[in-house]
Amino acid sequence: MKLPILTTLTAALLSSTALADEIWVTNEKDDTISVIDIETLEVVRTIETGERPRGITFSKDFSVVYICASDSDSVQVMDPDTGEILHDLPSGEDPEQFVLAPDNRHLYIANEDDAITTVVDTVTRTVVAQIDVGIEPEGMAVSPDGKIAITTSETTNMAHWIDTETQQLFANTLVDSRPRHAEFVKDGTELWVSSEIGGTITVFDVATQTEKAKIEFEVANIHPDRVQPVGFEFTAGDTHAFVALGPSNHVAVVNSDSYEVEDYILVGRRVWHMDFNADRTQLFTTNGVSGDVTVVDVASRKAIKSIKVGRFPWGAAFRPTE
Amino acid sequence: MSGVRHALVAMRAIVIREALRFVHQRERFVAALVRPLVWLLVFAAGFRAALGLSISPPYQTYITYETYIVPGLCGMILLFNGMQSSLSLVYDREMGSMRLLLTAPLSRAWLLFSKLLGSTIISILQVYAFLLVAWLFDITLPGWGYVAALPALVLAGLMLGALGLALSSFIKQLENFAGVMNFVIFPMFFLSSALYPLWKMAESSELLHDICAANPFTHAVELIRFALYVEVNPMALLWTLLATVAFMALAVWGYDPARGMMTRKG
Repeated sequence: MKLPILTTLTAALLSSTALADEIWVTNEKDDTISVIDIETLEVVRTIETGERPRGITFSKDFSVVYICASDSDSVQVMDPDTGEILHDLPSGEDPEQFVLAPDNRHLYIANEDDAITTVVDTVTRTVVAQIDVGIEPEGMAVSPDGKIAITTSETTNMAHWIDTETQQLFANTLVDSRPRHAEFVKDGTELWVSSEIGGTITVFDVATQTEKAKIEFEVANIHPDRVQPVGFEFTAGDTHAFVALGPSNHVAVVNSDSYEVEDYILVGRRVWHMDFNADRTQLFTTNGVSGDVTVVDVASRKAIKSIKVGRFPWGAAFRPTE
Repeated sequence: MSGVRHALVAMRAIVIREALRFVHQRERFVAALVRPLVWLLVFAAGFRAALGLSISPPYQTYITYETYIVPGLCGMILLFNGMQSSLSLVYDREMGSMRLLLTAPLSRAWLLFSKLLGSTIISILQVYAFLLVAWLFDITLPGWGYVAALPALVLAGLMLGALGLALSSFIKQLENFAGVMNFVIFPMFFLSSALYPLWKMAESSELLHDICAANPFTHAVELIRFALYVEVNPMALLWTLLATVAFMALAVWGYDPARGMMTRKG
């Protein structure tokens, strides 16, 4: 007679402990990843990584996670369930940011110290190509159709356009000082590039590689030098962009049709990167100096909680678990 | 039964008198509203980036300085009104209407409590007017916080009103009120968590921190702060309750013609 009760209890227990979706955050100074449970908004796991983890991204099926261990000069491939490093990928020196191509196979890695972009085949674990780009490459993006890859170089102040078939540059476009991050939007018709020192985002028309708009930021009572756009992400339907403004400790909300800044949200200190939850109703920003992640309610555009993670959180990546 | 009704009628009359006095002094309402708004919109604007270094309860994330000082400014309204009603008591005494009130065939404590309640209600109306203006300036709080703050505001209002009552029993003349401003209102306000959190005070001086931590006004502000975020701060609640009882007892003693200060004033 007790069996059904026991079964129900076990089921209830299992459902209550069922894994909620997670946000994975790389901690640059701690050489760890903090895993945040999206339901409880608490850190539930801390995983050791190589030295100075920065860029982080999951494979499309979320079976592995790729981590740029910059000071270990490798891209580490980790089993997200066990936290075990499966193997390293040849990445070139000092990998900082990377992007996984839509084919779920090729990683485009920016090698900051060598002024090259390395293309790695994650299946054969070999370097497919190394492309010379400008000095201090950082921002990486691949178009949704996988035909164009972008590298932004921080010192040359350019976006380099790479044809992924030939692995050759086919265009270089100037942007404002210290470009840090690039994203394709609106089905790959637009490219957005943030410039940290320039304090702007440049919007390009992808078909012509010409500048379409420039977005500027101004946070009340904050010196313009501290307004440094770095990472940004788009809400569902690409209607709005949330832009991390570095040491201004704010995230800007930009209307991606009018290119107007609609709001500024106070988050932790030196906000750099971010990611959304599954339905893009919550945003998680990494705040390097304050060592925490701020959770923003996308609808009300209000910060609801800041969660302590390791020292100098850098990258963030969403992982569904259901 | 008629005794209870009598007491309630007296309370109603005293509360209405307070309300009428307030309604007839529109400039007092404006002044009461302008004071915290100047702090909020002028003073706080300059300090926008001063905070945000550490998150302390009840806040879950980083807040602007404007958001931080809202509970302190609610407390400021209650504090100034508490003192202002004590000023009006001194005035009443000089005009003779105090004698009339205190000779009513009711317990003195009851009469004083009625007076206190009247002034607290007026203060709370002003606090909500202030919160409304703050809201219009996009300084918002959790929706239920506005409701949850009411009991905290009542208790804090009673405490500060009782302090005013107690003080008024010691003030001989209207002119001495400036002393109250200098030696009670300002130290109470500035040596509290109204403008800066206590951890910030501790950074500059431990002594300053300890003084602030002992100040009942700090606890009134913290009680309001937590209530505005739909939380209870048990320590602040206890301190505010104890201070209310102590100040009220002092006021009743002060107005007792046989023992208190009233005997000396004749």
